[in-house]
This record gives sequence, structure tokens and C-alpha cells, in this order.
Amino acid sequence: MGALALLAGCETTDGAKPATPPASSSAAAHEQKALPRGLDASLNPDPFPSTYTPMPSRPTAIVGANILTAAGQEIDGGVVVMAENRILAVGPAGTAVPAGAVVIDGKGKWVTPGVIDAHSHLGVYPSPAVQAHSDGNEATDPNTAYVWAEHSIWPEDPGFDRARAGGVTTLEVLPGSANLFGGRAAIVKNVPAITEQAMKFPGAPYGLKMACGENPKRVYGSKGRSPSTAMGNVAGYRKGWIDAADYTRKWDDYHAKVSKGEKAEPPKRDLTLDTLSGVLRGDIRIQNHCYRADEMATMIAISHEFGFHIAMFHHASEAYKIAPLLAKEGICIATWADWANFKMESYDGIEANAALAHRGGVCVVIHSDDPIITQHLNQEAAIAMGAGNRIGLKITEAEAIAWITANPAKAIGVLDKTGTLEPGKMADVVLWSADPFSIYAKADKVFIDGALAFDRFDPRYQPKSDFELGQPGEGAFQ
Amino acid sequence: MSRALLLAAAALFVAAPAFAETVAITNAKIETVGPAGEIANGTVVIKDGRISAVGAGVKAPAGARIIDAEGKVVTPGLIAASTNLTVAEVDGVKETRDDQSGGKLGAAFDVQYGVNPASTLIPLARQGGVTRAMVTPIAGRGFGGDEEDNLVTETAGAGDGLAPAAGLFAGQAAAVRLSANDTDPVFKTRAAMVVDLGDAGARIGGSHAGSLILLRSALADVRAYAAHKDAYERGQSRAYALPREDLEALIPVVEGKMPLLVRTSRASDIRQVLKLAREEHLKLIIEGAEEGWLVAPELAAAGVPVLIDTEADLPDQFESLGSRLDNAARLQAAGVTVAIEGSRDFDNLRQARFNAGTAVANGLPYGAALAAVTINPARIWGLADRIGSIEVGKDADVVIWSGDPFETTTYPTAVFIAGAEQPKGTRGLELRDRYAKPADGMPSAYH
Repeated sequence: MGALALLAGCETTDGAKPATPPASSSAAAHEQKALPRGLDASLNPDPFPSTYTPMPSRPTAIVGANILTAAGQEIDGGVVVMAENRILAVGPAGTAVPAGAVVIDGKGKWVTPGVIDAHSHLGVYPSPAVQAHSDGNEATDPNTAYVWAEHSIWPEDPGFDRARAGGVTTLEVLPGSANLFGGRAAIVKNVPAITEQAMKFPGAPYGLKMACGENPKRVYGSKGRSPSTAMGNVAGYRKGWIDAADYTRKWDDYHAKVSKGEKAEPPKRDLTLDTLSGVLRGDIRIQNHCYRADEMATMIAISHEFGFHIAMFHHASEAYKIAPLLAKEGICIATWADWANFKMESYDGIEANAALAHRGGVCVVIHSDDPIITQHLNQEAAIAMGAGNRIGLKITEAEAIAWITANPAKAIGVLDKTGTLEPGKMADVVLWSADPFSIYAKADKVFIDGALAFDRFDPRYQPKSDFELGQPGEGAFQ
Repeated sequence: MSRALLLAAAALFVAAPAFAETVAITNAKIETVGPAGEIANGTVVIKDGRISAVGAGVKAPAGARIIDAEGKVVTPGLIAASTNLTVAEVDGVKETRDDQSGGKLGAAFDVQYGVNPASTLIPLARQGGVTRAMVTPIAGRGFGGDEEDNLVTETAGAGDGLAPAAGLFAGQAAAVRLSANDTDPVFKTRAAMVVDLGDAGARIGGSHAGSLILLRSALADVRAYAAHKDAYERGQSRAYALPREDLEALIPVVEGKMPLLVRTSRASDIRQVLKLAREEHLKLIIEGAEEGWLVAPELAAAGVPVLIDTEADLPDQFESLGSRLDNAARLQAAGVTVAIEGSRDFDNLRQARFNAGTAVANGLPYGAALAAVTINPARIWGLADRIGSIEVGKDADVVIWSGDPFETTTYPTAVFIAGAEQPKGTRGLELRDRYAKPADGMPSAYH
């Protein structure tokens, strides 16, 4: 099976649909009385817009490397051409290189798309992990859909630099899993920046972090609040969706009346319900921390009850038990190679989880949830692939590379922009010193939108966080 | 190692069960990690639980079971240099945690009494080629889970009613054999006294400095107690900061017979600990040592070995701002004895061999990386006369690998511990096989 066929397993809505009000609403609102922008989410869908601009770049060709496109192909000794921030061409030896392009000898090396970590807490749980930086869990209410991870990201987190040196070019930064509804995810390009907005992935949709299982019920149960049980968790989700459906209906009614020129009282804007409503409208993707098979099935039933789609189950230690269900629902899973046993809900985690789910037609992602693992997602994917091949699943590197590139791009909603080496896509590219599935492989060069963002052998391209200047080691870590 | 300690260590060894089977692993690329180095194509003979022969020209004895390694790599069994394997099953489930005293005991706590040979993680460790584990206690930490779960921490070691000086000590380590069906797997007890300094110590001692002062004070108490036990028994000594059982447990430490394993990270803290060990004549092992590379010559000069995680490259605390991926390479180049460990999270036991590979990718010579997961931990823990290399007379802990033992897709095809070939099953593989089967309409519980 090729990677393309696998991707079909992730039947998710692609790309962001900005929440636009009905066409005539602004005119009608003028006649009536325009709501201030901050009081109607539909007038103001992007209050913290991306200010990202690619770093300077030159047309560049990597010639002679083995290429894993993540779109199903492996091209030995091929050519990748980048120009004007995009992939210009990917092909076999002899593919034309534009005059004036910087030519990099890739002989004996490997090229893949930039690695995408779909489950990161970089910036929100940065290094050093001091209390003043512990910004990942707004553990004050089981429903904090009103918080946005982007407002917790510390762009100076030195972890971003380590991740980049591991080939990571795009990250989904999530709130933690203390809450049933944890808040909005931030999708960023892994570039050094002074503000989060300058990292923010242009045009990426929002995600909503949800959490099943032990964490929410422990956090709130220990405070004598609901949820304190698994059934309390489920009641909490359903309550949230009932409120969201009601809120969505009220705004739809309001906009319908305004568009017809009728007098209408606007509902009061609610940040929690804005986010949940965004899910019901198909604009925001559910990123659901959920380990156990039975709990994933329950979440799927809830999604049917309220009419939304779950983009991805994160951790998903027991995905291998329900691969047909996940495949049928078109839900991706993000898991580790074999991190398990650390709590009851991860007790049945196995090395072959990803491989079995993959062969079952599920869109598989290898994620990190960790500032160390994010640096070698390539090796995690290799371990997970190897576990499948030990039982004859015959998973190729051309397939498995999608677990850390194309599939996470699909799950977080940016596959139309990055995640594979295909002409027209963002030139997010890694040149590896060796087969990236080897323990000995290092990212030699990392390109983000065609710009050299990291070079293992050139100190000019080894950016350092402000925090690390003047410290022991001066931010040099390899 | 002093003569007295050698004798003490020998006395503490529990004899491994003898196995009659004689096995010859032929046609193998043997990484002996001993004086014979790498043998490109040779034979290892296992007899009565020991290595009876190894070399290129060795013939399989008559009647031996022959295993043709088909050119594959054979190494000594890997040694987990510091782990809670066998004393913890599920990190987040308190009832399964025997790697800490729960704040009830200090130095007197001893992991040997909690070792559970039925842990499902032992077969898993063997599937990573790990044949022995150095089980070390912790002074208390969160019952953790996924990264984002770090909002809940417990500091059990901070002590319900324990004096701060007592709470500094995590307790005593033990060496465990990971053989199947071994009801008595502990083969060396009281292998080290463990103390958490640095940030962890500061949670107990109030600061990095405070915890060192408490440690010095505790050692002074131990010396006074050891010299005047009679007075103590008569109730005629000054008050000591530690209870009697802790004072007793620490006597071998101040006598320089039992190593003191100190967990610490920052270069300046390592220097302080080296100074303390010099002044107090302690036998020291340092675990963590993220900034060890900044102190490498001092560590080498003092002959102090380190147990390190070679993935640690984040400035994840102020005490580890200098973390680097080439810590192992730099320490080894300076002459420090380095053991490479995985994360203490149990499944990440397999991580130790990948960490060895990562160290190679960051400049550590391949042979040194192999030593760092075999003979070096054996040396550090005083076990090198029995395990850690493929040498005649040593316990036959031998692993045949499907390829380079550090590679991501490599796995052991056979594991021998003290001469006995180990079963390959694990709980995880049983789960895998149950669900890898095609559906037949019956619930999976019938499969």
C-alpha cells in the first residue's frame, strides 16, 4: 500500500474555512447597529493574525540524495529544487536545476519533508521548566475551551532550536490534558521569532484540545469537583456540546434575521462556546488525548450525537484494538513508538500499535508530547515500523515517513500547504546525513519555506534563543 | 576496589542457578567488550552457566546445542545502569511503586525487599537485550505520566515526619538478574547508597547548598555514631539528625566500602560533591551529570564514574543549562568511566541502547558506547568480575542481535542469562498477537 492510499484513511476536512458571516450581514448590520468587532466572532475570526514571513532564501537544489517524498515515492539519487519559498521540482537524476541555484551535493544523504510534530508543548511548557513558565494547563475548570495555547507560548523556549535540529519544521502546540476541553491549539512554523504571531502558520486552522481519561477526573476529583469519574468526564463533554449547539443556533438565528433586515438582539459572545461552536461548524479540529479503545469509541459516539468530526486521537495506546472503527470514521491516531505502562490507561500500549493501525487503514501519526522525543521522531517512526515488520507487515520507509510528515499535516489541516515533497508546496525540507530511519542519522540542513533555517556544520545557521546567551554552553547542544 | 570491599561483595553474591545445557553460538560477529575486542567471526561456548570459550578458532564441544548466528552480532547482555525495573510496574499507580520509601525511611530504605520477579516489564527489558538491572531508589517524585500531566507532583521523599537530613537519602540499591522463573533474582545487595542533590535535594534541604550541608552533617553523625555506639545505646550521645537505622545503613559509606550514588547536574554542584568525597574519603558515583563535560578533567582525576542519559540536551532546569548531546563523548575522551542509561520510565529501558547509538552519532567511539551499556556499568557497580563482557569464566549473559544492537529496527533473536536461554514472550507481544489475528466473530478475549 502506498502512502497516498493510507492518507485516504484520514478522511478529514482539509484546510481552514474561515467563519464568514452571511454575505449581506455587514450591510444589514450597518442599517441596524453594527456590533463592535469583538462582540461577534464571525466579524473577527482571526484576532491574532499570523505575521510570519519566510526568512531570506535563494533558489536551492539538492542533487543526488535519496528522496522520500511522503507522497508514496522513494527516489534514489534524485533532485529536489526549491525556489521562492516553494518546492519547484522533485524528480530523478537529471531533473533540471535552474541557473544560479545553490547546488548542494546530496550524494549518500537523504531528503524528506520537514518533520511535523502534531503534539508538542514547546513554548507552553518550555525549558527551563520553572514554575514561572508552567503555562500549559489552565487547570481551573474542566471546560477551558476559552484559552488559546498561542497566548502561553514563550517563543524563546530553547526547545524550539533543539527540535529544529531534529528536522522539525512545523508544530502543533497543544494545551495540556488536565481539562475535558483544554483550549485551542496553536500551529506554528518552527522559526526563531520574538512573538508567537511571527511563528504562526499562515492559514492553518485551529485545533481544540480535548482529554479523555485519567487526567481530568483526577485533577477535578482531587478538588472535590466534577468530573471525578470516567462517567463524569462523558457528562462534561455532552454538557459542553449541548451548550455549544444552543449557542450556535442563537448566532445563526441572529445572523439570519440581520441578513433579512429584521430587528435582532445579538447573543452575548462567549469565548468557550465560540471555540466549541467552531468545531460544530467544521472550522476547528478536535485533537483528542485518549488512550483507551473503549474511551475512543465513546468519544466517537458523542461526535455522532452532536454532529462533529474528531480529527485525531492522541496517544491512542489501544488504537490497535479498534483499527477498523478508526479507519471507518476517518480518524487519525497519534502515538509513540513504545512509550507505555506509565499509567493504567497506557498499560496496554505496544510497539506494534502504529504498524497494526496503519495496516488496518488508519491514518497514523508518530508524535512526541515531549521536548526530547520531538528531536528524533524519525527514529520513533523507525522503531514503530520495525515492530510491524517483525510480524511481516512489510511497511516501507516510503510509507512510514508519512507518519511524521504527511499524516500529521493532514490531521492538523495543513496538508495542502506542507507535509510532502510535491511541487507548489512550502519548501519545508530536511537533508539527513544518513537514512533517517537510522539511529545515526542527523539533520544536516533544515529548510523552512526554502530558507536555510539550520545547518549542522555552519554556526551562522545555528540560531540561539535570547535566553541562552551568556549561559554555560552558550546554547550549543551538539 | 579495596580488598575488603571485594570480599564483602563476594559474600553478597547469591549463586546463580546452574544450567546443564551446553550451547555453542557459532558464525557470530562477537563484540566481547573484553580484551579480545571484536571477533569478526567466532564462536562462544556456554557451559554450566558460564562462558567456557570464546574466539575465532573455538570448536563447539561434542553434544553442545549449536546456534548458527549467521554472521549476526553477539554482545554481552546489556546492564541497565540505574533503573526501577522490578520495583515498579505502573509509574502512576502508587501501589506498584517499591522504588521509594514513601517518606517513611531514609538511608535504611533498601530496594532489595521490594523486588518483584513477576513484573511484566522484565520480559520486556529482555526483549531490549537487557539481562541485569541495577535497581536504584528515588527520594520521591511525582507519580507521573505523559508530559502534559506534570501539574500533579508528589514529593513523598520530603518526608512525613522525617528530619530533612534523613529525607535526603533515597536508600540502598541492589543488582537484579532478569532471568525468567527466577524466584531469587537479587544477586548483590546494598550495592550503593543513593542521595538526590541538586534541585531534587533542594526540595528537601531548602537549597543546593542546604542539602550539601545536611549531607555533611549526616556523615559526621554517622562517624560519631560508629565510634561511640555504646554511648548511643546507653543514651549518652548527643542528638543525631538521623534515626538509628539510617546511621547503621550509612556506616559502610563513611568507611568508603559502599559507593555513594549522587544525583546531580550542575558543574558547580559536581565540583562540590567531588570535594566532599575527597574530604570524607567516599567512593562516589554520579548520576545525571548533564554538565559533566564542563568538569570532565576533575571527574577523571578523581576516578569518579558517571551514569548519564545521552539524550539530555535541553536546558530543562537552571542546574542543567549546559546540557549537550556530546556529553558522553567529551567525558569519555577525558578518561571518565561512562555508563549510558535510558530514561527511568520503564518501557524506555530499551532507550539505553538507542541512547548509546545517539552517543555514537554525537562523537562517542562505537566500542566505548558498547562498553557504556555493558562492562562500564559492571565496573561501576563492582560486578565486572562476573558480568559485562564475553570472557571465559564470566556468567553467560549473551545476546544475539538481528543487526547492529544500537539500530532502531534491530532486536534480539536470542537472550541468555547465566547460561539459560530466555523465553521471548512479553505481555505486549501477547496483546499484539491477539489483535493481529483476523477477526472471526468472537471477542478478542477468546483469542
